[in-house]
Amino acid sequence: MKKFEKLTSTVVPLPIENIDTDQIIPARFLKATTREGFGENLFRDWRFDNNNQPKTDFVLNNPQYSGQILVAGKNFGCGSSREHAAWAIDDYGFKVVISSFFADIFKGNALNNGVLPITVTEEFLEKIFAQVFADPNAQLVVDLEAQTLTIAATGESFEFEINPYKKSCLINGYDDIDFILSHKAEIENFEQTRPFSFYR
Amino acid sequence: MGKTLVEKIWDAHVVKRAEGFPDVLYIDTHLIHEVTSPQAFDGLRKRGLPVLRPDQTVATADHNVPTLNQHLPIKEELSRYQVDMLTKNTKEFGIELYGLGHPYQGIVHVIGPELGITLPGKTMVCGDSHTSTHGAFGAIAFGIGTSQVEQVFATQCLLQSKPKTMKIEVNGQLQKGVGAKDIILYVISKTTAAGGTGYFVEFAGSAIRSLSMEGRMTVCNMSIEMGARGGLIAPDETTFEYIKGREFAPKGEKWDEALAYWKTLYSDQDAQFDAVLTFDAADIQPMITYGTNPGMGIGVSQNIPTTAAQPDSEQPSYQKALDYMGFADGEQVLGKPVDYVFIGSCTNSRIEDLRQVAAFVSGKQKAENVEVWIVPGSKQVEAQAKAEGIDKVFEAAGFQLREPGCSACLGMNEDKIPAGKYCVSTSNRNFEGRQGPNARTMLVSPLTAAAAAITGKVVDVRELI
Repeated sequence: MKKFEKLTSTVVPLPIENIDTDQIIPARFLKATTREGFGENLFRDWRFDNNNQPKTDFVLNNPQYSGQILVAGKNFGCGSSREHAAWAIDDYGFKVVISSFFADIFKGNALNNGVLPITVTEEFLEKIFAQVFADPNAQLVVDLEAQTLTIAATGESFEFEINPYKKSCLINGYDDIDFILSHKAEIENFEQTRPFSFYR
Repeated sequence: MGKTLVEKIWDAHVVKRAEGFPDVLYIDTHLIHEVTSPQAFDGLRKRGLPVLRPDQTVATADHNVPTLNQHLPIKEELSRYQVDMLTKNTKEFGIELYGLGHPYQGIVHVIGPELGITLPGKTMVCGDSHTSTHGAFGAIAFGIGTSQVEQVFATQCLLQSKPKTMKIEVNGQLQKGVGAKDIILYVISKTTAAGGTGYFVEFAGSAIRSLSMEGRMTVCNMSIEMGARGGLIAPDETTFEYIKGREFAPKGEKWDEALAYWKTLYSDQDAQFDAVLTFDAADIQPMITYGTNPGMGIGVSQNIPTTAAQPDSEQPSYQKALDYMGFADGEQVLGKPVDYVFIGSCTNSRIEDLRQVAAFVSGKQKAENVEVWIVPGSKQVEAQAKAEGIDKVFEAAGFQLREPGCSACLGMNEDKIPAGKYCVSTSNRNFEGRQGPNARTMLVSPLTAAAAAITGKVVDVRELI
């Protein structure tokens, strides 16, 4: 996994609640057997009409907005466990997703792919939206080491939470398999000493 | 202090617990399918690792398979390639595959229980959010992403933080015509689609106890639709009766040993839950969804809530959902015309669901304006339906009985609902485009779906039984 570096970027605002992973990447695009290329179908049915023409009212088609940070309404990433949603967000070029609430599985999938989900309060989310709608060039600064998210123009800062283990994975570019395999002897010991024989 | 059921099972599977780290949790059974596994197998190859416990891994092809002419090669090239990859990967890594043509093939969450693979006290995972279904047996079962599929392949473990626990009690007697699907749609309409996030939910209470295993699976299946990692129900005689004698269930002395352990699997009297919700079964009507997330549900005779009644910040999303559905504030859903009826999915495609639908439609004809697809959950369900003559009832009613798969629940194969059309569906998600681009989904119970098929519109099934 790639290392997560300090990031300063403009943002793409998507103030919609309950964005499910079917919207992020519709099921008909899940037929690929590699992890690459999902970005072109990110938010496919919101981005393109039935004739594959860009819908001009959708934010990803609005040239005013670009950047490596996606900001969305609460309960982002609910629904299907498809990791393709995290791959699509990563492949499109987003490194950070900000919301006031994330669905569990999406959050884990994002972290496992070096995409940082940042949970902020409703108030701070509103501040970000207000700032970005007032000035599409507004920048946010994400400092994972310090666990801060800062609105560059105003200096307003939010301290976000992250599991310390996952934080070190992102900063160092480790993944969970390396960690679990370091406990292989304990896994084998667990298997041999557990009391029940009827589960295998 | 006593332990909750979740804590009992979780703690029995912790390989390693260290301050500041998620637990290393041992996984008893890993179910896989064609869509979320290929990249995980690729990852193993890149690392030069085997599947650590192939005998604890079971594969089937379900998400992407056609539901007509399964004996012929899959027409759609990408789908065929993905299913072929599963065959190749499972062979290379030594995993049992119940693929197309196998008598055990079917939706992964239907075949696990019917084969006796799903057992109380187990930890089970699958690269599919509806893995929570297996919790109906008193197992910890939850959906995972593909990176985690690779973790379980490589280590038979997952790194997981212990979840918070919630108890949802539903007590009392259900009204006639109201079933398990209505219970869970009702609960989600109260909690919202995010109300269970971060929790593992234990369903309890007399109305839950009174459900069959099929009904309990329907309830646990949709735990994820309130955001919960999983849902489970303490095992009891109904559970043991269902499991006994199934293909891979323990037998003989092992059965006795298992049963003795399973009888210890309940939340202790003094166990503390992080949250408790209580509902009265008598308050539950046949339910239907009118929006684009499963929390947007109402009793079928109620009116669609108004946008003004929603919190300010949520009004734009709420209005967007109603616009998508073509519904107006305060409207009735009763009487809305229906174009398609889909009876299937890991929520409602088991033999009991098909029996219930058949009993209702026997001797009746579908309405002319409706196309009706019945997609059984597995080859075994399909065979059982045929053995009972249920296929003849459906044929006489003008329903299409198809072959097993996930089908129009997610529209990955060719079973898609056309743009703008209304589908009354027994599946689990009414998201925009879920059943096909711009398709409009209304989630209901099998009985309400059957009533829509016969009348061609949304009706209150209580008036027809």
